[in-house]
Amino acid sequence: MSSVATTRPVLTAERDEGIRPTVRSRLQEALPKIVLAPSFAAIVVFVYGFILWTAYLSFTTSKAFPSTNWDGLRSYEKLWRWTFESSPPSSWYTSITNMGIFGFLYVFFCLAIGLGLAILLDQKIRGEGVLRPIYLYPMALSFIVTGVAWKWFLDPGLGLEQTLHNLGWTSFHFDWIKNKDFVIYTVVIAGVWQASGFVMAMFLAGLRGIDGEIMKAAQIDGASPLQLYRRIIIPLLRPVFLSAFIVLAHMAIKSYDLVVALTSGGPGGSAWLPSNFMYEYTFKRNQMAVGSASAIIMLMGISAIIVPYLYSELREKSR
Amino acid sequence: MEEFPESQEQLSGEMTASAIMPGHAGFLDPNGRMGMRRTILKAAAAALLLAPMIGAAQAQEVKEVQMLHWWTSGGEAAALNVLKEDLSKEGYAWKDVPVAGGGGDAAMTALKAMVSAGNYPTASQMLGYSVLDYAQEGVMGDLTEAAKKEGWDKAVPAALQKFAVYDGKWVAAPVNVHSVNWLWISKPVLDKIGGTEPKTMDELFALLDKAKTAGVIPLALGGQNWQEATMFDSVVLSTGGPEFYKKAMNDLDMESLKSDTMKKSFDNLAKLVTYVDPNFSGRDWNLATAMVIKGDALMQVMGDWAKGEFVAAKKTAGTDFVCPRFPGTDGSVIYNSDMFGMFNVPEDRKAAQVALATATLSKSFQSAFNVVKGSVPARTDVPDTDFDACGKKGIADLKSADSGGTLFGSLAQGYGAPPAIANAYKDVVSKFVHGQITSSEDAVTQLVQAIEDAQ
Amino acid sequence: MTALPFDSPETPHAHDMGQDTGRGWRITNRIVIYGLLVLFAVLYLMPLFVMLVTSFKTMDEIQGGNMLALPQSPTLEPWAKAWGETCVGLTCAGIKGYFWNSLKMVVPAVLISTLLGALNGYVLTKWRFRGHNLVFGLMLFACFIPFQSVLLPMATILGSIGRFGVTLQNAFGTSLGLGNPTVNLVFVHVVYGLGFTTLFFRNYYEAFPSELVKAAQIDGASFFQIFRRIMLPNSLPIFVVTVIYQFTNIWNDFLFASAYAGTGESMPMTVALNNVVNTSTGVVEYNVNMAAAMIAALPTLLVYVVAGRYFVRGLMAGAVKG
Repeated sequence: MSSVATTRPVLTAERDEGIRPTVRSRLQEALPKIVLAPSFAAIVVFVYGFILWTAYLSFTTSKAFPSTNWDGLRSYEKLWRWTFESSPPSSWYTSITNMGIFGFLYVFFCLAIGLGLAILLDQKIRGEGVLRPIYLYPMALSFIVTGVAWKWFLDPGLGLEQTLHNLGWTSFHFDWIKNKDFVIYTVVIAGVWQASGFVMAMFLAGLRGIDGEIMKAAQIDGASPLQLYRRIIIPLLRPVFLSAFIVLAHMAIKSYDLVVALTSGGPGGSAWLPSNFMYEYTFKRNQMAVGSASAIIMLMGISAIIVPYLYSELREKSR
Repeated sequence: MEEFPESQEQLSGEMTASAIMPGHAGFLDPNGRMGMRRTILKAAAAALLLAPMIGAAQAQEVKEVQMLHWWTSGGEAAALNVLKEDLSKEGYAWKDVPVAGGGGDAAMTALKAMVSAGNYPTASQMLGYSVLDYAQEGVMGDLTEAAKKEGWDKAVPAALQKFAVYDGKWVAAPVNVHSVNWLWISKPVLDKIGGTEPKTMDELFALLDKAKTAGVIPLALGGQNWQEATMFDSVVLSTGGPEFYKKAMNDLDMESLKSDTMKKSFDNLAKLVTYVDPNFSGRDWNLATAMVIKGDALMQVMGDWAKGEFVAAKKTAGTDFVCPRFPGTDGSVIYNSDMFGMFNVPEDRKAAQVALATATLSKSFQSAFNVVKGSVPARTDVPDTDFDACGKKGIADLKSADSGGTLFGSLAQGYGAPPAIANAYKDVVSKFVHGQITSSEDAVTQLVQAIEDAQ
Repeated sequence: MTALPFDSPETPHAHDMGQDTGRGWRITNRIVIYGLLVLFAVLYLMPLFVMLVTSFKTMDEIQGGNMLALPQSPTLEPWAKAWGETCVGLTCAGIKGYFWNSLKMVVPAVLISTLLGALNGYVLTKWRFRGHNLVFGLMLFACFIPFQSVLLPMATILGSIGRFGVTLQNAFGTSLGLGNPTVNLVFVHVVYGLGFTTLFFRNYYEAFPSELVKAAQIDGASFFQIFRRIMLPNSLPIFVVTVIYQFTNIWNDFLFASAYAGTGESMPMTVALNNVVNTSTGVVEYNVNMAAAMIAALPTLLVYVVAGRYFVRGLMAGAVKG
């Protein structure tokens, strides 16, 4: 990256004027880049290098193990064809439509509930210290086990439905987890339960970081609480939205174990997400080329959403 | 170098110590703060030094086997423990590397990572085609010498050797032979509804109807793709006969896959699924077996690992449960087998590996293990004295199927075709069972397409 | 509202009303707030409740009863079994031994990745250079790489590092920890955690007033002095968030742990837990499984409770700053 080589510390610019650069000051000047360099290098090698490797594999005949036999676009052609196979749905079609449904609902509800809880908790609440960990703890537990608890809870023969039947509400029906058309929504429910508390923590940290003076000034100006939040506080939380969005988008895309633990793939594979598809093809089905191609398409899909968002966010900031 | 390991260690230890002696510290830092840091560094280096030295490579034989497996619970773990004990009697330590989950999926992923890193375990539990995949990569060991001495060539059925022998070399030790075309019927329920063991598909449906009218769940099924496909293996064999099964499910003959017989098989499957309780989706197989054990359901179509559950629940074959072959499949065996793949480990670990393989295929272990696991021995010369009625039948069936040419690999269990195809098959069967594919017509079209895509 | 031009007998009354509705509104407001918070707390606690009551039940009770019912004869047996007796593979000594394996991997990984993240965030906001946004963008996008697709290439690299370690071992008597499974796992988690930690700190420092940094610089403070004396003391809330995030992710990771832990000895907690829980033969001992899960989650839960307190400290730090 040429940018690294042309560092110019913003803050030292004026101060350095007129002072003869010594070795020491040069070192000082380069220090920030030296500090950043190892992290950046690691990411270039272990992320972008591996992405290139994956991309390469997607053009080969790799099966159980990586192979270097060139096979052109065959894997992509398969995926392309599967993209439009909706009846009966191909596993790839199911995966990407599920990703759309799951991704949208998961991110939306986590942000909404997380922000909501954070604002409520920020109202000088007694017992905040008790409530906060309650919202947060789902993140602490691995889905290896909470999956079992959720499975019971959602199982019509064991959980909520049966409990309500026992209480006399016999017309109640909740069998989403057994239903090929609704199973993905149970994944949303469990996912939101797990992550929304952490989003709450992020927003809470953001709210606590806002200068109290700004709020006070706005209150003196007669802003109603609603206006205060809509006009002033939420816009100030923009960087938190960025962080939260990235964290959630990343968790949505990697929600592999969630699907497996909760639904073991769902009836007829109807709960698959692209990460399940990728894992299945790469490791279980020994079609590494197809698995790699799906990973590359996933990454391209992610960039189509993230890059414009990042671009606008970062431009905004540098102004 | 090998002769003087101690002095070697001392020497290198001294060298390292002198390299980090704090003698030069003052030169760098007159305040001595650096000196302190040096001391910490030294301690850290010493700690690092100690850790790897414990396992320092030695020329003598390493009396230890590293075993990757996913038999972490119940009878399977107990059965594997027998092997561990056998080996410890010979002085070999057992280093356990268990990775449970997904019927071996997680363990296979871990194995692939280990092999990519060049750290081969002594042995790993493996299934069918994956043994051949690894052998093709050239990472498997060679047990041919032991095989000759122990006479594996004669004792192990040819169908298993197809997976255990690669390029003329023994690369894996088969542990057992499972077969999947069984019915597991609760005897009390059968008596209660006044039924008899079904001999044909029609009798089966009649029996299931009887159970339905009696208010018992007729068929216990776990709605996961491999369970559905395992049941479908038997349905195809019953509907089309041995010839057809071999052509369609092992040779992947497109004409057979597209045929009306295949459609008929899917129709039979559809009919079977109507006897399943509404909550079957996603249920684990052992929970389905538990339904039969408890008498909530009449029967289950499952491999003989289900018998391990009956045995663990202290149920007796013949009085608590009966085990006829899936109707219309008598005389044929659809098999799968657990194998211990043997990796190309360094020389100093080879003796331990041979000991492991020999112990695995010893008659005593084969008998002891398979009595618990529900399967039958992987060699045909093991006496059946310790086995129950179902086990004895299994051993006899295997022998006659092996000699009669009716021993077929289970497609659902990955012994009929490589994993890509086996999983494509499971997809289609499962989508058919759960209603994404609505007609047997569509099902065969999808099956043919999926298999082509997987090749 | 009270600016009535004339003094009417109704005026004080109306004012009272107003005050009343004001107070009433505030009280309803509080009720709604607390109501919502408690409602959500109950919903969030439901699965934990199920797990807890299950872990105190006997197997007979689990098979016969309702999953939400309280245990009729609470027993600590499952906890004792999970802790010291349950079988992880063929070794039946409970899951207690795996705590240390996880801790010695998680603590360094969390500390290193958090500290690096803080430094990166500091550079990317207060010592900007041309292209800083591109560097940040690239680091951020790295968060999205699916771990399944790095599993094998990373294994290959770790393998060669390990072989280099053996060479070092033979030549100098120390492998510098290269090839050690725990070191490998720390390395992997640091690399793939960097994107997030950098993101968190960068966005937090973004809002941190640059004037303070500038002033310190004029006073002659160095890069690291500013970081230590000004940035770090004001970073508590984000440290809490980052540590929570990293700690949970690394503690709960299964994919890397199962693939890179090598032979059993350095197996982290999640792999052990998975081996206890993820079984499909025999009667599944749900009570032991749930107890094992709770035990395995204790360190993370502890981090949450302890770290949670620092949110308040962070608030105070923020107030002082303001």
